[in-house]
Amino acid sequence: MGIRLLTNLVRFAVTYVIATVAVFFFMRAIPGDPAQIALGVNASPELLAKTRAEFGTDRPLIVQYFDWALGLPAGNFGTSYVTRQDISPLIIDRVQVSLILVVLAMLVALLIAVPFGTYAAVKHRNPSGIIISGVSQLGVAIPNFLAGILLVVVFAVGLGWLPANGWTPPGEDFGDFLARVFLPVLALASVQGAILTRYVRSAVMEVMSEDYLRTARSKGLGKLESLVKHGLRNASIPVLTVTSVQLAALIIGAVVIERVFVIPGLGSMLLDAVGNRDLLTVQSVVMVLVAITLIINLVVDVLYTILDPRIRKGA
Amino acid sequence: MSAKKNYCRLAAAAVVGSLVLTACSAGSGGNSSEGSAENTSVTVALTGEPVNLDFTTTAGAAIPQALMSNVYEGLVEIDQAGKIQPLLAESWELSNGNKTYTFKLREGATFSNGEAFTAEDVKFSIERVQSDAWVSSLKKKMDIVDSVEVNSDTEVAITLKQPSNAWLFDMGTLVGAIFDPSGVDDLAGTAIGTGPYEIDAWNRGQSIEFATREDYWGEAPTVENVSLRYFADAVATTNALQSGDVDVVYNMQSPELLSSFESDGKYQVLDGTSNGEIVLSMNNNMAPFDDLRVRQAVMHAIDRQAVVDTAWNGYGTVVGGPVPTTDPYYEDLNDVYPYDPAKAESLLAEAGAQDLDITFTVPTRPYATAVSEIVVSQLADVGINAKIESAEFPAVWLDEVFTKQDYQMSVVLAVESRDVLAMFNNPDYYLGYDNSKIKDLAAEADAADEAGYVDGMKQVVRTIVDDAAANTLFIFPNIVVAKAEVTGIPANSVTEALDLTNLGWK
Repeated sequence: MGIRLLTNLVRFAVTYVIATVAVFFFMRAIPGDPAQIALGVNASPELLAKTRAEFGTDRPLIVQYFDWALGLPAGNFGTSYVTRQDISPLIIDRVQVSLILVVLAMLVALLIAVPFGTYAAVKHRNPSGIIISGVSQLGVAIPNFLAGILLVVVFAVGLGWLPANGWTPPGEDFGDFLARVFLPVLALASVQGAILTRYVRSAVMEVMSEDYLRTARSKGLGKLESLVKHGLRNASIPVLTVTSVQLAALIIGAVVIERVFVIPGLGSMLLDAVGNRDLLTVQSVVMVLVAITLIINLVVDVLYTILDPRIRKGA
Repeated sequence: MSAKKNYCRLAAAAVVGSLVLTACSAGSGGNSSEGSAENTSVTVALTGEPVNLDFTTTAGAAIPQALMSNVYEGLVEIDQAGKIQPLLAESWELSNGNKTYTFKLREGATFSNGEAFTAEDVKFSIERVQSDAWVSSLKKKMDIVDSVEVNSDTEVAITLKQPSNAWLFDMGTLVGAIFDPSGVDDLAGTAIGTGPYEIDAWNRGQSIEFATREDYWGEAPTVENVSLRYFADAVATTNALQSGDVDVVYNMQSPELLSSFESDGKYQVLDGTSNGEIVLSMNNNMAPFDDLRVRQAVMHAIDRQAVVDTAWNGYGTVVGGPVPTTDPYYEDLNDVYPYDPAKAESLLAEAGAQDLDITFTVPTRPYATAVSEIVVSQLADVGINAKIESAEFPAVWLDEVFTKQDYQMSVVLAVESRDVLAMFNNPDYYLGYDNSKIKDLAAEADAADEAGYVDGMKQVVRTIVDDAAANTLFIFPNIVVAKAEVTGIPANSVTEALDLTNLGWK
């Protein structure tokens, strides 16, 4: 297990370094001069040169790269020359918002997927099971931003039950927080829930055809009882794999959903920063997203070994 | 057995959880739409959040829109009709061959950090614009100031290098903002001015909260708190208005959404004017638009009223020249180049430019995409095939069109106030207009008396239009949608400021 963990950590580090190089140089390749954007039209060449020197964007790229990349391990993202603020506290603020959104959405998605997926598997020949399967198919086909827009049109603009957008921190006014987080979480979770329902269903169906389950049944356990006692743990391995992949997809989905619902998370920070050519902020936000994705993979790998002793021994 | 219990608990939690969520949210959703704070606060929705609070170093309309008139004040201000009115100066006199302005300053005004406003602050602020501390391109508007003399705490004499009509107007815009010497350490994050509001909180990515200052020198604003909430696009703003989260949507950029509000008595729609011109640019330095006849053909080829009607639902004013209706030298110049496709075709034939292929660089802004489609179809009618190339705004557009001037035709909303000379009296500007005919005229007009200024500028503008330097499609409207009970909304956007002080409730 130790070697397995070590291999993973090395892979983590190498991926991260490659990502810094890619992010940094891709950002420099797109057209747009930060100094020109900061000064706008009518700026004289002298002012532009002065501002570039102030921003440090007139230095060789390689110097700029190391200046930035070497600060990352210490969590020092630098000072944005657009907002003139230290980036680190801003990112910490935004990360919390995005994580609340993503984790809530994942929980709700699982709360939808596990019972419905299991039910659809157990009743896969019944009309009710087939209906669940069909509805989830529909959910898979809808992009979450579309789900978000439709939810706003119906529940906020049409019925007026919920606010259309905005964000209140949970510590400030918990009721308002729930009201505002409800639709975006639902938009993210309904699509994720549909995808996961299909995976839970097929995983459970596969487990149900295993010999050990038939043995359990023959010992006198009921269908549901045998499944819960012997089946779910085995079915959870493929579901966990998909959940981790989907968690990464959910973070990407949150970028768009934050825009639709005007939520001040990492996604809206990223989009604003791209528009303003706030290169340091874009790079830093992307690296935080990369780190979150890599950490999820690392954690899931550890979870495998806990759930399945065979993986522990195999390593 | 314990596993089974867990499973059931999980399912129960799911049901209860979703019920709790629904219950809580339904309750507070109702609260926020019927908010009890309605009479003491107003929430205004805008698109495009300021990146920081420092307009002395950062361009863009968002920062002065939020801060001028509200947090920062100048010696004078520009009213809704475009006229200059006293603000921190009670009155002023001209002497020394119209070169020296002696301002009598208001007594008892203070900055939000408690410091008193005096003539020293005026001197400090103007000299700061001229120093390296300001890196905004607008700073050149203060180049004309020769000296600032402090006569007493309440009197300051400002001497210009030559008489200028434009300068006093500029003093009512952001370059005229008065700062306190001890309040400029963190302009990007802290705004300290003499205005009626101070910034209570800035929730980045969401809103700026303004609170009334109790020690404000002038009449207190009608409401105690104003919140400017920032959205990514127009649809999000009207959604927020309909669900009751905001009270006013200012400078609405999506007129196709208006129909549902116009017919609903719960809302008011204001069709104000702005100082922004939608300018269809033709690169005067590049073929085929280096030929006057080709530019004139474009002027005749485009039915500007049809552009407004199609692209912007009929909102906006067709004027025929690059001057907003609130400027003193405005006149209707629609007759210079009336819509006449036959004439356009004959001009193109004369120039030997039939079946012309051009590239039309369109910035990624709602107005630009809306305008470009109908412009392209009208150009096609006279034999100009314009190929649309999209340019991300501002980054790519500034780079390609503005800086490198590598374009043939483009369209942009020019938002600076009284910017006709900035656009056309500079041959290096991206429009590439040869200013030899207007340069001296413009200088004479600026130094003349007020009547001479207006007449001279009219002549300048007429020359620019005759030369078909650019096609001003229409003056951009300032559309406001608000709850019917909101009063005191400044419908016209005459300078960059959005004056919040009169907002209130019926």
